[in-house]
Amino acid sequence: MSRDLTGAREVLDGDDVARALTRIAHEVVERNKGATDLVLLGIPKRGVPLAHRLAQRISAVEGIEVPVGALDVTMYRDDLRLRPARALEHTEIPPGGVDDRIVVLVDDVLFSGRTIRAALTALEDIGRPRAVRLVVLVDRGHRQLPIRADHVGKNIPTSLAESVKVRLTESDGHDGVLLDKPAREQREPAETAASEVQP
Amino acid sequence: MTPILIQNARVLGGDPQDILIDDGVIAGLGAGLGKDGATTIDAAGLIALPGLVDLHTHLREPGREDAETVETGTLAAARGGFTAVHAMANTDPVADTAGVVEQVWRLGREAGHADVRPVGAVTVGLKGERLAELGAMAESAAGVRVFSDDGLCVHDAQLMRRALEYVKAFDGVIAQHAQEPRLTEGAQMNEGELSGRLGLRGWPSVAEEAIVARDVLLAAHVGSRVHICHLSTKGSVEIVRLAKERGLPVTAEVTPHHLLLTDELVAGYDPRYKVNPPLRTADDVAALREALADGTIDIVATDHAPHPVEAKDCEWDAAAFGMLGLETALSVVQHTMVDTGLLDWAGVADRLSFAPARIGRCDTGGVPHGRPVAVGEPANLALVDPSTTTTIDPSTSASLSRNTPYEGMKLPGTVVATFLRGRPTHQAHQITGGTAGGNT
Amino acid sequence: MIRHLLSAGDLSLDDATLVLDTADEMARLTEGRAVKKLPTLRGRTVVNLFFEDSTRTRTSFELAAKRLSADVVNFSAKGSSLSKGESLKDTALTLEAMGADGVVVRHSASGAPYRLATSGWINACVVNAGDGTHEHPTQALLDAFTMRRHLGELAGKRIVIVGDVLHSRVARSNVLLLATLGAKVTLVAPPTLLPKGVDHWPCGVSYDLDDALAGADAVMMLRVQSERMSAAFFPSAREYSRRYGLDSRRQSLMPPEALVLHPGPMNRGMEITAEVADSARSVIVEQVTNGVYVRMAVLYLMLAGTNTTEEA
Ligand SMILES: [Zn+2]
Repeated sequence: MSRDLTGAREVLDGDDVARALTRIAHEVVERNKGATDLVLLGIPKRGVPLAHRLAQRISAVEGIEVPVGALDVTMYRDDLRLRPARALEHTEIPPGGVDDRIVVLVDDVLFSGRTIRAALTALEDIGRPRAVRLVVLVDRGHRQLPIRADHVGKNIPTSLAESVKVRLTESDGHDGVLLDKPAREQREPAETAASEVQP
Repeated sequence: MTPILIQNARVLGGDPQDILIDDGVIAGLGAGLGKDGATTIDAAGLIALPGLVDLHTHLREPGREDAETVETGTLAAARGGFTAVHAMANTDPVADTAGVVEQVWRLGREAGHADVRPVGAVTVGLKGERLAELGAMAESAAGVRVFSDDGLCVHDAQLMRRALEYVKAFDGVIAQHAQEPRLTEGAQMNEGELSGRLGLRGWPSVAEEAIVARDVLLAAHVGSRVHICHLSTKGSVEIVRLAKERGLPVTAEVTPHHLLLTDELVAGYDPRYKVNPPLRTADDVAALREALADGTIDIVATDHAPHPVEAKDCEWDAAAFGMLGLETALSVVQHTMVDTGLLDWAGVADRLSFAPARIGRCDTGGVPHGRPVAVGEPANLALVDPSTTTTIDPSTSASLSRNTPYEGMKLPGTVVATFLRGRPTHQAHQITGGTAGGNT
Repeated sequence: MIRHLLSAGDLSLDDATLVLDTADEMARLTEGRAVKKLPTLRGRTVVNLFFEDSTRTRTSFELAAKRLSADVVNFSAKGSSLSKGESLKDTALTLEAMGADGVVVRHSASGAPYRLATSGWINACVVNAGDGTHEHPTQALLDAFTMRRHLGELAGKRIVIVGDVLHSRVARSNVLLLATLGAKVTLVAPPTLLPKGVDHWPCGVSYDLDDALAGADAVMMLRVQSERMSAAFFPSAREYSRRYGLDSRRQSLMPPEALVLHPGPMNRGMEITAEVADSARSVIVEQVTNGVYVRMAVLYLMLAGTNTTEEA
């Protein structure tokens, strides 16, 4: 483990992230007894590249193409009125839709659970999956809703004042997960909005 | 009435002198005057001006007593330093008969805050179709000398020619609201880049200038004098200047708001800035100030146009044209002309008192105005403190209306007191200091 | 994002891009989907305050608000106190008492939405849905959205706007928005139908339509009302359409992929021939569809968040 220049502690490095995703891919396949009927939906921003990586790994194992898309939940959030309106992210539902499929939601950090609540509501407007499962790279605890992940890359106990930052090659140039100390209140707002929900 | 001794006033901005007012006239003028039993006023630092004369006031009575009455309008006039106002004819009923002008004149006498000189309509009902009984109004108790369809232009050239000719018989003058009607149908603001951007129908300068040019030529042709109301454009200034160079009998007025405000104020669509003729460009404002300084424009007239709240608290198109002016006129003139060095206080006395009284022919007769500040003349005076600065607050206005465009602006100068034939018609605060002979 | 949408000129490049990008997402979310309703504005009230009749624009805003689950109240000039001369102020005070969060206003007087937004009568966000001969910012946004979908980013694109610019709120808003987006706009009209000072606008001006069409990426035809004829803006409908109408010959002067737009309602045979209006490069029908997406984006951005503007 190391510290980056900002003083944040790296709790997962690039190799850790890769290993976690590989493991999760296998877990998903095992749980589903194959890749048939799977649809992966990443929650922007960082859930989307994670979903694509998972899909690649599953395809490599099972030898079939796994539909993958993106589900923006901004307009379904329950905290919309607490801040100025935000820009929307892409929603991309694979051509086959979600009806009667096994939808796997993919996000980077599970925190209060409100993002997943919003995602479930959004999904309702799109179709009726046979089942919905949840994959997260990091579970940092502090749930405010009865929601749990089916597959977790790593459980990281945190204090409420800490923040978890997921870095991915696609958006940040390298992979890693940082835990930021509570000392400084300064946060990058975009980061905060994208990777976690304030309770 | 107790004599009043005004001490150390700078008459027309000159050296301090005492002014003794007794029996309604100026009884003495000079240094170190004394008079037993006189009420004294310490006027050190104050300017003494002849009572101001407004050639263009809308008193709204009869008909729109919700906007203004003769009582409230003349009170506002007194507060502004005016001792005489010319009440425009666009009332309801229109002041186009001897009966209506005498009624307005009488209301002014009863109110007593300033002499009201009614303006008679040029045409019946301001309709621009046939002449009103101008002679009857001239011979009435009101003694009308100024005739105007103000609010509307006497646009028919033949009718205008006849009116100009007809009033020669009693030394009247036609005061023209110069606005070519076809060029200004539905017009909302100065036509220029801003009107195009705001999508408001333009009121082009040429609509004023075309009428000004026509009327100075008509006046010259028939040998009558013509007075141009609220001149607002650089082009009109040039036409009047040329006419005066040729010795043509034209006089012109400018309003305080056209000396100060520009069309840029319209950008927020706030109808407080809606006025006719409209606020023009900075270029026009500069030309108007210069013309007032060099005498091309003869006078400042307020075009005091009160409107009730609902006439301005609405969308621009639906709002009424016009602004209050009486109480702020002198401050605006000080700000734009005196403090800028364009005009001295003697010049102010000329443009706001002597000249308008001459044009309105009220500088002679039984109750003359615009007379020199001299012994034997009626004691019509305004005392002005040029050293103050006031933030304009419409709620303190004596007018029934609140539509001042200067709200929140800081303007210089205060009219401390106004005297109409020796009687104080306005005192900003208690200014009398005791009786002469004792301590002051 | 700005608090009120009064003029297309109030939108910065970032704001305008945000609206267009958001409209893109609204289109993706609702196009071809069984469910056409998003819960985003649940509990918010949008009032359509139409002092001037416009079923098209009102319906578009109504649909947009309803797709975002807002409660919609329509106040039209017909059948309400508006036709009985109730003042703008009184109407505004009524809306405030009803708890309107957003007011979409169409008015025949230029600047009426400014009065609503700035005179302190109401706290609601105000969206200008067309005011007199001033502006119609959501129309400009939907035009830009439509062009962007076909032409890509609009920076450097050549857009020709033809017709009664003097009386057109669509033209004013389009010139301002397209300038912000970096497009090169040329206005074409008879000199009588151009406002004074148009030479200071951020666009070119031409009296020659043939000339302007060469190399254009899109042409937008404005509605010309035949009443203008009686006011001597032009001699006859025939002469107008000969000099400034878009027919097939003129359309062929443009590159084959150039778009034809019209804010509607069209005067077929006057400013545009039926042949051109119905041609493959005409996006006139699409403009109507896109209007809903753009208005959803505007309502979302103005009403979904807090009323503060401290953050981007
Ligand atoms: Zn007038």
